[in-house]
Amino acid sequence: MESLEAAKVIGAGIAAIGVGIASIGVSIVFGQFLQGALRNPAAADGQQGRLFIGFAAAELLGLIAFAVAMIILFVM
Amino acid sequence: MHQFAISRIADLNVAGYDISFTTSALWMLIVLGALWLFMLGGMKRELVPGRWQTMVEGMIGFVENMVSTCIGPDGRRYVPWVFSIFMFILFANLMGMMPFAIIPGVRVFTVTSQFTVTGLLAIMSFSIVLIVGFWRHGFGFFKVFVPHGTPPALLPLIFLVELISFMVRPISLALRLFVAMIAGHILVEVFANFIVQGINIGGGGILISLLSFVFIAAVMALELLICAIQAYVFAILTSLYINDAVNLH
Repeated sequence: MESLEAAKVIGAGIAAIGVGIASIGVSIVFGQFLQGALRNPAAADGQQGRLFIGFAAAELLGLIAFAVAMIILFVM
Repeated sequence: MHQFAISRIADLNVAGYDISFTTSALWMLIVLGALWLFMLGGMKRELVPGRWQTMVEGMIGFVENMVSTCIGPDGRRYVPWVFSIFMFILFANLMGMMPFAIIPGVRVFTVTSQFTVTGLLAIMSFSIVLIVGFWRHGFGFFKVFVPHGTPPALLPLIFLVELISFMVRPISLALRLFVAMIAGHILVEVFANFIVQGINIGGGGILISLLSFVFIAAVMALELLICAIQAYVFAILTSLYINDAVNLH
């Protein structure tokens, strides 16, 4: 029984790696947006909706990793 | 995790179904009340708008601008739904962040931290997409699963992929909001535990408490931003999905 508990905690920790990797994705989204926006500031305001859609898509995967970690810890 | 628990306030049973008045229902009513007060202050129709009216008009203008850039000239009729869902999620998120719990006996409950609530909001958005799609295009709505210029050999595969990505939309819409809210609250709670435990240890623990306190202040600022961004993302994705139904890619 104790080894199952230990395995759960290890599994949740491994699942939490995904949250960190999603942070790389979010930073790429915002970084590339800034790069483009500094080259052409006039067009930047019109693209903010697309920026947040990209952010939402990248963030969702990190949040799913978090949800998986929580499910492993508390539900299973 | 006590803050996410739902407790009953008044028991209510109708035909074998448990529809008790719970903390969740109470906080939904509080959010609605706050929203109603906010809108009431700005509905004066003065010729020269005061501060409050400018605030409300700014919100409406923001959502209207977002919907019309997403859907096009036809989008004005979907503004009421997108505006109400945006304001409800924004107010529910912000009400969950309010420090009312310093008054003894009062519990703050975040309505949007329950998957049932966000799931229902997502299903309502999704059914509006389906109704609009079938109402405007009839069975031509199935063209949404077949992008323009697909080679005939790839047609079954593309149809399957598009169908899955279409069906997963309400789930991803609901999951994003719910997990973002629950993750922020858990983060704050964990660091609040660090403050108490650090004070209990004493000595070097006080330093950890101070650091955690500064960190919580920063996380709270980030959470306020996340509250607004999640409401915005929900609204903009809803209008994008409606755009798919109105204009068929």
